Amino acid sequence: MIPAPFTYQRASSVDEALELAARAGEDAKFLAGGHSLMPLMKLRLAVPETLIDIGRLGELSYVRADDGHIAVGALTTHDDIARSDLLASELPLLAHAASQIGDPQVRHCGTIGGSLAHSDPAADLPAVAVALGATFVARGRRSGTREIAAGDFFLSLFETVLEPGELLTEIRIPKPQSAGWSFQKFAKRGIDWAIVGVAVQGPNVALVNMGSTPIRARGVEQALAAGSGPREAAAHAAEGTSASDDLNGPRAYREHLARVLVGRALAEAASRG
Amino acid sequence: MKVTVTVNGGEVAAEVADRTLLVHFLRDVAGLTATNVGCDTSSCGACTVLLDGRSVKSCTVLAAQADGRQVTTVEGLSSGSEELHPVQQAFRAEHGLQCGFCTPGMVMASVSLLAENPSPTEDEVRSALEGNLCRCTGYHNIVRAVLAAASERRPS
Repeated sequence: MIPAPFTYQRASSVDEALELAARAGEDAKFLAGGHSLMPLMKLRLAVPETLIDIGRLGELSYVRADDGHIAVGALTTHDDIARSDLLASELPLLAHAASQIGDPQVRHCGTIGGSLAHSDPAADLPAVAVALGATFVARGRRSGTREIAAGDFFLSLFETVLEPGELLTEIRIPKPQSAGWSFQKFAKRGIDWAIVGVAVQGPNVALVNMGSTPIRARGVEQALAAGSGPREAAAHAAEGTSASDDLNGPRAYREHLARVLVGRALAEAASRG
Repeated sequence: MKVTVTVNGGEVAAEVADRTLLVHFLRDVAGLTATNVGCDTSSCGACTVLLDGRSVKSCTVLAAQADGRQVTTVEGLSSGSEELHPVQQAFRAEHGLQCGFCTPGMVMASVSLLAENPSPTEDEVRSALEGNLCRCTGYHNIVRAVLAAASERRPS
């Protein structure tokens, strides 16, 4: 399978990437690791006219401690995140979740910014970013630099609040107040997308693939805040969700999985708290 | 566009369509046909090569993304059947292949693993090969081969 024809351009700086995107218009896409975009292009589900390769912008690949938060460059690969000593000690939820994405080849290419901007509800990192209360930094020629809360970023399948030509540049994550964390997902094979997943950081619980965006499990969070134990709170896991029916199983099956996985995640997070 | 890739130590330059995938560049332009196209959906790993030393699935990388970079295919591991790379040697000794279709990708994924983790446990080998499917289901011997290659390379 070969993608439909497109024009390839390579940016050597963020400024150049924004310039190229502004010139190419609405049918341009940024190419980071390409491991979400390229499969869609090969299936002709995505047909951009211009690809702007930002994969070599080393200025966007870093993990560092800033004032009260950890800053992760948008082009940091899953593999680099999984191997980061700083993240292992400060944000083990992120480091662990990144180590569970796809397979080594995918993790060598895929980037955190690419995964977030792609906005696939079956992807792991969007829910992790929501559970961690992350803030995303985006740059655009018209909009300038702006910060967007993870909870406001995802609109729907493959759709975010990013405007055409706007580039996600950094993910800022506050140091968690509460140490307990867990990441659970259920997939048929190790390399598959999650049928359902859950990320827990302290009192925050976010679900993978239980709707068209990552979803905070508010019912679970409220039950925990009211003093419920893990098992009791997990019974609320499917409230307010809108999981789809597909070949991996009907909606009721996903709702069952959500309750089971949230229960396991809360128990594991409590053991780490 | 003009793409220049250092493949197995030698420069390969060609004018190719922007949408050319790295695996087709390697097979059709460089003439190196050991790298197989299996699923063509970045699932099976038959097309695994090293890009700047790290394993990637070449069916999901554009040739343009490899422009100016180093690619190693299984042909680049040894100069011939008389002088096999330790991982290839171990696959032969441990019967780590049956039909052979997945083997180039399995070997390259294993080389990448051992570069990152020279002494993996069996569990680590199995996790590291999650992205490589063997249609003969010969996984046990493949894992044995990787462990044998690791112990072979370890100074005793």
